[in-house]
Amino acid sequence: MKQIHTIIGKEWTDMVHNKLVLYLLILLPLLMTALPVALLYFMGKAPVNQQDMEEMGRLLANPIFGGMSPAETMQSAMASTMLILFLMMPLAVPVTIAAYSIVGEKVEHSLEPLLATPITTTQLLLGKSIAASAPAIVITWFCYVVFLIFARLFSVSDRVFNTFVNPMWLIAMLLLVPLLTIMAVSVGIIISSRSTDPRAAEQLGALVVFPLMAFFLGTMAGFILLNTTTFLLTSAIVALLDVGLVYAGVALFQRETILTRWK
Amino acid sequence: MAEFALEMRNLTKRFGNNLAVDGVNLAILHGEVFGFLGPNGAGKTTTVRMLACLIAPSSGEARVNGHKVGVDDMQIRREVGILTETPGLYERLSARLNLEIYAKLYGVKDVAGQVERYLRLLELWDRRNDNAGTFSKGMRQKLAIARALLHEPPVLFLDEPTAALDPSAAKTVRDFIETLRGEGRTIFLCTHNLDEAERLCDRIAVFRQRLIAVDTPDALRRQLFGRQVAVRLRTANPAFEQAVRGLDFVQSLSAQDSEMQIQLTDPEAQTPLIVRRLVEAGADVQYVAEVKHSLEDVYLSLVNGGSAQRGGVQ
Ligand SMILES: Nc1ncnc2c1ncn2[C@@H]1O[C@H](COP(=O)(O)OP(=O)(O)O)[C@@H](O)[C@H]1O
Ligand SMILES: [Mg+2]
Repeated sequence: MKQIHTIIGKEWTDMVHNKLVLYLLILLPLLMTALPVALLYFMGKAPVNQQDMEEMGRLLANPIFGGMSPAETMQSAMASTMLILFLMMPLAVPVTIAAYSIVGEKVEHSLEPLLATPITTTQLLLGKSIAASAPAIVITWFCYVVFLIFARLFSVSDRVFNTFVNPMWLIAMLLLVPLLTIMAVSVGIIISSRSTDPRAAEQLGALVVFPLMAFFLGTMAGFILLNTTTFLLTSAIVALLDVGLVYAGVALFQRETILTRWK
Repeated sequence: MAEFALEMRNLTKRFGNNLAVDGVNLAILHGEVFGFLGPNGAGKTTTVRMLACLIAPSSGEARVNGHKVGVDDMQIRREVGILTETPGLYERLSARLNLEIYAKLYGVKDVAGQVERYLRLLELWDRRNDNAGTFSKGMRQKLAIARALLHEPPVLFLDEPTAALDPSAAKTVRDFIETLRGEGRTIFLCTHNLDEAERLCDRIAVFRQRLIAVDTPDALRRQLFGRQVAVRLRTANPAFEQAVRGLDFVQSLSAQDSEMQIQLTDPEAQTPLIVRRLVEAGADVQYVAEVKHSLEDVYLSLVNGGSAQRGGVQ
């Protein structure tokens, strides 16, 4: 435990000293939050016409919107699609941090003395994963709260506001956000411990994670049933994948290969 | 306590087809400062990495304080400190933080106390809050040495501690290593610097892929060159050489211009006889002195596999 704690402390101090990463970590989610907030605002103002309503027919079948007026449904439904944005929010920066974390220390030569200390691979990788994911998760939650504050202000009715704190959103925020972040970070760590160039690792991290997420979220959006069960089920699947990825990360971390691969 | 601090039996490491370390057999005593001397690419770093459980031997075995490499790795890591070839500091973090992180990783009880102790010992205390990235090479190396000592390891590996430093920084580091002698620590010092090895080490292994010779610096010299005296005459003359060769205790003799180098078993007793013989033969003896071969001669002749060269008169 103490070892993990030390690694997290080191990573965070380093992050604070690395202003660019810090700004990206905080600003990117905040900028992304502006989008649903703006959508909420304009949907609240926009007149709703019949054609729109027909196009949204399928959405409206969702029991979530039961009993809502067309205007309420419109605002609520459009803002709800932005849930996807909150799920993407904590992925981009952590995956690059994770992708840098091992190969970066290798090229800075700090990996060898680190591996000479009595730290297990699991401790090292857990420390690095938590350090990369926790800030992003917390910032995403913070952005969610910011979104809720604006939703309180801009929602045309309590019913609309309530859709943003319904069980589906809460599961997404409290379960899916952390689980997806851990998934992205684990993939990043695996890439990092198998690659030779930090920049390539970062790019590969982004390249691998985005299609993965797009696939995931796309399928989910395709169901667009957007109900609690779907989210719980997805969370369970992602949790299983996470466990597998963390194990794979430790198994694929070959100390000797990492230290001696490039000469 | 295990009999030896470090023990290697047929320790071998291959990288693909490249045999980096070939069947090393060595036993190093507790508290010994041991020089591992070899040219670039000799396999020094590879050996240290095996002993510090960073890479696995291809065959053979090694023990550190009695713990077997590949079996008790975690325990070995707790008991050794290592200065890697490059310092590998966290450049964006302060000197103090660099040490604190390692003190914690090594489970040091009094983190703040140990960090302060070593920052002061290595004269880095005033710069403790500066980022390691702002340090000179010498200071980085000192910080990395401090980092290796925080947990007071009984065995310390130093991989070319002065190789990348300018002469004055190298001297500071060397002086510090000298202060470590006599603290009871076993020090395994890789170097290609002969003066360093001679000055700091109790024993030296000359190594290039495999062990070439292991002994104290003095014995290494003697083993290779025996003891020699040099005699300078006013004029060279084959007759003088013949006269000396005629003495039965002269083991070998080489003459160059008017100077002869003569290998003897007991110079104190035999030198006067040689001088007398030369004077009788009509030679004017200008001076007589024992030949000291520098360790460099020993080393070059061992590593290059060549014959002993003529030493200088001291
Ligand atoms: N990761 C590696 N892959 C392949 N060959 C290596 C590797 N590391 C070292 N070697 C080879 O092993 C030999 C010894 O290297 P090294 O231990 O670094 O020597 P030294 O530290 O004495 O300079 C060299 O021939 C080097 O090329
Ligand atoms: Mg080396």
